[in-house]
Amino acid sequence: MILKYRLFMKFYPFARYALNPVPCANLDNLLNTARVALVTTAGLHTPEQVGFDSFLKDGDASFREIPNTVTTSTLIEAHKSDSFDHSGVQADRNLAFPLDRFRELVARGEIGALNHRHFSFMGSILRPKRLIQETAPQVAERLRADGVDVAFLTPV
Amino acid sequence: MCIQTVGLIQAAIERAGITTVSISLLHEVTDVLRPPRALFVPYKLGFPLGEPNNAALQHRIIGAALSLLARNDVPVIEDFQA
Repeated sequence: MILKYRLFMKFYPFARYALNPVPCANLDNLLNTARVALVTTAGLHTPEQVGFDSFLKDGDASFREIPNTVTTSTLIEAHKSDSFDHSGVQADRNLAFPLDRFRELVARGEIGALNHRHFSFMGSILRPKRLIQETAPQVAERLRADGVDVAFLTPV
Repeated sequence: MCIQTVGLIQAAIERAGITTVSISLLHEVTDVLRPPRALFVPYKLGFPLGEPNNAALQHRIIGAALSLLARNDVPVIEDFQA
């Protein structure tokens, strides 16, 4: 990790956002009957969607809905951060948004179904107030309304 | 920041009654944030499922993460055995 990120990691007040209490929702059904949705913070979006705003100082807390029918390789990777090596996700979107892997799990009967939509954020959110109060609960409510049982989340 | 962002979204989803699991690339962030269930993987930032175009490895990581869904002794933070 380059120096500016090492310093950032040292001084950012991560403890401010510690979860207490830790929420817990029991899984009532077996995975092979569960409806699963993916959530990524890799900043992916479809070619038709407007990209994330890389110029907001505190970060862009908005999200994009990724239809389950999308061809994974067509997703645009436009994450603003230079804190990570983008070459892996550029080569294979499944590295941070494993939709093709989950399609294989459905085909094998290991999970019940995929939700008709998944969600993408861009993770560089320095001040997460809007994320916590507004956009993350919006996504949670949409997943609940869809009858999703399990959410699988990936950073980059 | 991606790791913190994932954990905060994960908490909101879990509060809505949906069981969640996430991948972590930074132990020091996840250990402080304490999301309900996380699998720490020993790969560099940008490579949460190990390697591009390595479906076998990606499936092993996903399988290890999904195995945490049955756990209710939150927070559950396990290391992936690569």
